[in-house]
Amino acid sequence: MISKRFGRMTALTMVAALAAVACTPAATTVPSTTGPADTPGPSVAAPLDVVFIPKQINNPYFDAAASGAQKAATELGGTFLQVGPSAATEPQIPYIQDATTQGVSAIAISVNDPNAVVPALEAAQAAGIKIVGYDSSPAVGAYDVFVNQVDFSGVGVLLADWACELAPNCTGEIVVLSAAATASNQNAWIALMETTLEEPKYAGLTLLPTVYGDDDPNISTTQANALLTNYPDLKVIVAPTTVGILAAAQVVSQAGKSDSIKVTGLGFPNDMRSYVKDGTSPVFGLWSVPDLGYLTYQICAKLVAGEITGAPGETFTVTGLNNDQPYTIGADSIVILGPAFRFDAINIDEFDF
Amino acid sequence: MDDRTSAPAGSGTDPAPADVDASGAPRGRGVAIVGRLARWEVLLAFVLLGLVWLGASLSPVFLSARNFSNLIAAVIEVGIIALPMALIIVAGEIDLSVESMVGLAASVLGFLYAAGYPLEMAIPAVLVVGALGGLLNGVLATMAGLPSLVVTLGTLALFRGLALVVLGPRGISGFPPEFSAFGFGTIPGTPLPWPFVIFAVLALVLGFVLHGTWIGRQLFAAGKNVGAARYSGVRVARMKLLLFVLAGLIAALAGVVLAARLASARADAGEGMTLTVVTIVLLGGVNIFGGRGTILGVVLAFFTLAVLGNALRLANIASEIQSIAIGVLLIISVVIPTLAHQFKSALDRALRGRRAPAGRVGPGEMANP
Amino acid sequence: MSELAVSARPAQPTLLRRLILTAGRHREVSLLVVMILLGALVAVRAPQFLSVSNLTQVTTLASIIAVAAVGQALVIITRNVDLSVESTIGLVAFVVAEILSARTLGVPAAIAFGIGLGLVLGMINGFVVAVMRVPAIVATLGTLSIYRGVDFLLAGGKQVTLTELPSGYTDAATATILGIPLFVVIAVVILAIVGIILRQTRFGRQVYAVGSNPEAATILGIRTRLVVFGAFALCGLCAGVAGVMWGIYFGTINATAATGAVLQVVAACVVGGVAIFGGSGTVVGAGLGALFLGFIQNALIIIRLSQFWLEAIYGLVILTAVAIDAVILRRLRRSIGARSRG
Repeated sequence: MISKRFGRMTALTMVAALAAVACTPAATTVPSTTGPADTPGPSVAAPLDVVFIPKQINNPYFDAAASGAQKAATELGGTFLQVGPSAATEPQIPYIQDATTQGVSAIAISVNDPNAVVPALEAAQAAGIKIVGYDSSPAVGAYDVFVNQVDFSGVGVLLADWACELAPNCTGEIVVLSAAATASNQNAWIALMETTLEEPKYAGLTLLPTVYGDDDPNISTTQANALLTNYPDLKVIVAPTTVGILAAAQVVSQAGKSDSIKVTGLGFPNDMRSYVKDGTSPVFGLWSVPDLGYLTYQICAKLVAGEITGAPGETFTVTGLNNDQPYTIGADSIVILGPAFRFDAINIDEFDF
Repeated sequence: MDDRTSAPAGSGTDPAPADVDASGAPRGRGVAIVGRLARWEVLLAFVLLGLVWLGASLSPVFLSARNFSNLIAAVIEVGIIALPMALIIVAGEIDLSVESMVGLAASVLGFLYAAGYPLEMAIPAVLVVGALGGLLNGVLATMAGLPSLVVTLGTLALFRGLALVVLGPRGISGFPPEFSAFGFGTIPGTPLPWPFVIFAVLALVLGFVLHGTWIGRQLFAAGKNVGAARYSGVRVARMKLLLFVLAGLIAALAGVVLAARLASARADAGEGMTLTVVTIVLLGGVNIFGGRGTILGVVLAFFTLAVLGNALRLANIASEIQSIAIGVLLIISVVIPTLAHQFKSALDRALRGRRAPAGRVGPGEMANP
Repeated sequence: MSELAVSARPAQPTLLRRLILTAGRHREVSLLVVMILLGALVAVRAPQFLSVSNLTQVTTLASIIAVAAVGQALVIITRNVDLSVESTIGLVAFVVAEILSARTLGVPAAIAFGIGLGLVLGMINGFVVAVMRVPAIVATLGTLSIYRGVDFLLAGGKQVTLTELPSGYTDAATATILGIPLFVVIAVVILAIVGIILRQTRFGRQVYAVGSNPEAATILGIRTRLVVFGAFALCGLCAGVAGVMWGIYFGTINATAATGAVLQVVAACVVGGVAIFGGSGTVVGAGLGALFLGFIQNALIIIRLSQFWLEAIYGLVILTAVAIDAVILRRLRRSIGARSRG
């Protein structure tokens, strides 16, 4: 039996040990100045504390967006912090709630599950915090503005076009390697791609059942391997996820099948450059992900300052984006970043991200 | 974790039982309980207070009602499951499959609801599924005599797999607002989330069963000496079977609560929960081999973990550090009693010139000649 | 074995029982038989199952799990378990990838570092279990999350992509020696080495002794804690090798690599006849168990059964294997009892 004195000593040691652990400086997040909760109201002098909550924090896509957001934060004199779950299947709610408790000015979020976060976001809105969706939208009504990186239908058409371009004579089996099965953005793109494929021009293409790689490189690789095994006549893999397209390109290239199977979708030019050159992925696309983060942060700032409210029809300008032309907020409070870029052998060396 | 009479090599030795005092004379049961309480639970209470102090100093919003409500809600399902798990571990078994049952429950709930059944029908059906799953665990682990570690490892995979088969990759939402209000809201006038009621009731009931009834005594006995307990007959096996059924049922209930709180039912619900549940139980002072532990300790450990996670998050400490902290906490919670016992033995030997009262002998130590 | 024992039992066990017993006693052979049957069944429906490219892929992937399973078998035989292997594999895979992408070390040195890291992580496990006397399930549950947390911290949210690795590094995943995939050769070599250690050395015999009866082992003068420490260290070493192989096979690595692998590794051991009670089982069994599970996974993909069934089937396989083990054990106990009574 532990004597009372020993019990007390050990208790103090444990507390000290835990204090040591808790005081370890954060490794991956930019420290933010969380002072006493100021009322985040629409006043020009209001502090600008913005928290970004991406789908998962291990994803280079969101890190790229974060770099743009950080740049905006520095320019505007606000703070930027990125927190989130380590896996796309974990709930984002605790992070939203903590940000609410901390009394931040605005939350920017890319959701894993558009409905799960609604109560938490509504609670945040009730506390006066501005909510800006980016990349993957929360359910309509739970945000003030949603920054869509690209027009959904635009992407759908592009994906279908690229598949057609890469399949010999626009004929053959194609398949989609997506991210998480519940990801709202990928699902929207795929749905619109399917609609596009119904046009007579694409009659020669057969779309096989979609497989999901969960935005995890290992799972995506396994899925890509399975596709190669199961569909020997496969012509094109369409991967509208930067993690998936890279995994698919790796697999096809390593299997030596770059002549018979092509890979397209959405990817980073730096990742995919060698696969453009070796013929695995002659065409694919994306947009400027840092710009997405930059625009999102700017919109947060404008909402906090009261310059916009998010109502459809409002316009605003952000220098450096959209050729300095004003953005217009569309239906459902959606703002579109801009058109997608197409990357191919001709221009691949011009980009660095 | 059953064959306790031949403990795995390298295991911890058991601190001397509290129902005898230093000279070996038996104590009254009341004193024994108080004596037992004076150890681990006091320590834990200190730690909890220390963490609260830490949290308050790390972030000025820590001590608000809203935050208190959040921090409890964030881990309430884990806490709910930890209570029957504590009983299972006290009885010398373990159930690793709880996290998958949470997923299966959420999955069945989502499936039924999406198919048009109202929640009044879906929820009881889900609870039945939970009980059946627990029954499977129980039958295999007690009747067939298979080690519960491996059985529940198998059902960990099986239940999760079934969850995926039933619901697929979909996330079902659009539940009635009362459902989400239950999961997300607080009891009017207090910062306590509604699901906390389940936790509190369960804690009281199971605490009473474990510490105040003969069932509880049987469980402790079963945990202390599996061999002897087996010979005392079918009763022990039946009790353990019921425990597994209970665990399955509660895990399913926790799955429903989780779906309510997240307003979304998914097949991957609950992934990773088992680690946290086991951590809470062990941190609460329950010995992994069975035979000792209190519900009070588990409750304190629940709060400790909730506070720790919340304090770290509010201080914007990376979640990776949180998982390291939990792992360290888990190990510490087992090391300290062992070290304390060894320390005390050494102290006794030095002060009185004789061995400490005979406890269990670990491998590598010779028994008293 | 006397069938006419004191206890009331049918004189002749049913055919099913006898089959189970024979299968169980020769676990390795029965696994092979089931695999061949399975292969034949699937091939009827989908001939590409038996194609060289498919078989190569299956065996290559299974080799990674097999290597980890061999180490895990050692630990399980001593009546412990190592739940942290998946974090070790992930951490080693990431660290090696990071070192190679930063060109800090050459390929051989980086690989050696990775394996060494696995050894160190295994030794930490061994220390916590054998020296600090923490029960293995608790200790390795803790290190499972600690090592993964360290992995996340190191990664800082980034990933290392294949293009950043030295060219040709990942070709090892498709390389062959005399037509057999390199990975399979590596797995077989490691299996052989550990198998020899277990069968022919004193350490190996002590491993079995400690697992069968720790107290007796101690009385016999075996340094139980040292043996357990050694088992965990070797398990970490094997996990390190598996981690290097994982990195080569998958190319792009982030901090979540190998999440969930522990289930496959332990399942491979259980299916392969390494009883969780300790004291019995072979590394060949563990290796075949890994191959068996890999076959099942591949078969499911080939017959286009939804990937969602995979985990459920893993679970069923584990439960079946354990049930078979238990039947055998009960039979053995009864027969020993009968012999000593009669």
